[in-house]
Amino acid sequence: MARAGALPITVRRVAKAYGPVRALDHIDLDVRSGEFLTLLGPSGSGKTTLLMVLAGFTRPDRGSLKFGDAEVIRLAPHKRDVGMVFQNYALFPHMNVAANIGFPLRLRGVPKADAARRVEQALEMVQLGGYGERRVEQLSGGQRQRVALARAIVFEPRILLMDEPLSALDKQLREHMQIELRRLHEALGMTTVYVTHDQREALTMSDRIAVINHGRILQLDTPRRIYDRPSSRSVAEFIGESSFLPVEAANGGFFHAGAKLKLPDGPAPAGRCLLMVRPERLRILTGGAADHLNVLRGTVQEVVYQGESFLLQVLLLDGSRIAVRGVSSAGAMAVLPDAGAVVTLGLGIDDTILLADDPALP
Amino acid sequence: MSLRRARADAEPNADALRRDALAERVALFGLSLPALVLVIVTMVIPVAWLFWLSFLGDDGSVSLINYQRLIRQPSYARIFLATFEISALTTAICVLLGYPLAYVLSQLPPRLANLCMIGVLMPFWTSILVRTYAWLVLLQRHGLVNDWGIRLGLWNQPLTLVHNFGGTLIGLVHIMLPFLILPVYASMRAIDRVYLKAAANLGASPVHVFWRVFFPLSLPGLLAGMLIVFILCLGSYVTPEMLGGGRVIMVANAIATDIQLFFNWGAASALGVVLLVLTSAILYAASRLIRLNRIFGGHGP
Repeated sequence: MARAGALPITVRRVAKAYGPVRALDHIDLDVRSGEFLTLLGPSGSGKTTLLMVLAGFTRPDRGSLKFGDAEVIRLAPHKRDVGMVFQNYALFPHMNVAANIGFPLRLRGVPKADAARRVEQALEMVQLGGYGERRVEQLSGGQRQRVALARAIVFEPRILLMDEPLSALDKQLREHMQIELRRLHEALGMTTVYVTHDQREALTMSDRIAVINHGRILQLDTPRRIYDRPSSRSVAEFIGESSFLPVEAANGGFFHAGAKLKLPDGPAPAGRCLLMVRPERLRILTGGAADHLNVLRGTVQEVVYQGESFLLQVLLLDGSRIAVRGVSSAGAMAVLPDAGAVVTLGLGIDDTILLADDPALP
Repeated sequence: MSLRRARADAEPNADALRRDALAERVALFGLSLPALVLVIVTMVIPVAWLFWLSFLGDDGSVSLINYQRLIRQPSYARIFLATFEISALTTAICVLLGYPLAYVLSQLPPRLANLCMIGVLMPFWTSILVRTYAWLVLLQRHGLVNDWGIRLGLWNQPLTLVHNFGGTLIGLVHIMLPFLILPVYASMRAIDRVYLKAAANLGASPVHVFWRVFFPLSLPGLLAGMLIVFILCLGSYVTPEMLGGGRVIMVANAIATDIQLFFNWGAASALGVVLLVLTSAILYAASRLIRLNRIFGGHGP
């Protein structure tokens, strides 16, 4: 549809320090035209600062920022022509819904009749047709969210920024809005930069995810690769649950607790390594060891029932702990080992991931 | 099993809980009783008495003569007109001076703003009488302002700065300014900066951000401040008495004259009642206006 209007964003060596704190430490980032890119990181990681630099509200110390071919790093916010959805929506309380959405059109001198039509179109798009005359305070959180979105897209910006737009909503509504935002992005195709600290949200919505911490991008990749092949321990720790087991390198192979690990093809990391194990990738083996699996043995310490899944805490023979998660089907629950039982765990070769150990980031 | 027992089983502790709720309400009422008595003794009874007095004729009989006199004598209408004129002017000047000042204060870092706020509130530390006398010293024929004006060659003859309408206005503005600044400042501080960011993001230049977002959001505070200043002005007595030089007669001054010179409590009461009714009407109208503004303010483009 409007895909031709999308613009790529080029960030080069953007840095911002608050006193001794490096909020942004020379960031390089390319957001492709029409892409849905998520900045994911814990609070204080610099993800919001980066978004504010894109919107023009934070002036960086140095760096270059291009929308398409145009350098915009020194451009005032009101001249950037990017849509933005704020964390708490920032709907003007002294205007009704239609006036809020019409605000950017009014500033651009769009004729009244035309503006009214576009406002109604935008409302339809976020499924709030006919809500124009409502006052903001009459709306629920989810409806405010939609109005904020309508206001951000009504003037057809080529770039859309979103700052944790769903964080104030309850879980069910949040999951519904995730899908809806994704659908809207498919329909409009504008380049979207989305900030969140919710890893599931990032995995659900994004074309690519940039994991940020300490003002640096740790990894920029598709959701699947970020989850399955994290580039470092910090990324793995931030995304999903994982256990880390010590590994020794010897004779061109890697060993855990004396057993040689069967690894997928491809280069192994250099230096000190860890074995990353996702709890849901482990299987409880009932028969003997299998060729196509790496095998771990230990004692069950705790069994936790969590509704859709169960969680076992297992103490391995070498003294390290590991979590095992499985679907809580009736069959699985029937054969679940009790605390104190000795279990054999199998890990698929493709799920056996070695990571460089880098816990010492500043 | 008795009926009572059966009920107690079905609704355990129902009676006891109801008694507790009642006791709590009685205790709360008891706590507010002293304040209630105070309001009745110092407000309700005197005002009622004032009403009663205004309907008594010179011979002590019930009559409308006091109100008839108000209507018949054009001098009273002039007094009311002058009172409203000077109050409106004072309010307007306070807005012109106070709104920009409150804006600057609201943009300062909170610590510095608090310090400046002490400066704004400093006049409250001295009585109105002292402050009004100070203006007399400054503005009189051979006062500080005329002295310096002539010495610097700005004007040759001493200007008549006081004992007139202008002097009264200066004094009133000085006294009223903090009453405007306080609510305006409070409402400006309460404006979330994110609205201003959102407006800029949507394409509003700083001028547009101010007029379309900041100003409307500060309006409730401005209207409240204007209302307070206007109503306080309507009842002012000391300032016109001292700085008006007998040329500025507001309602309160006329009331004082009626009592001190003519011992006519009936006439004075009637003036007071009319002022009270007019003020209440203005307050009511203003409260309607502010509420309407909240409802209709949003009908945008």
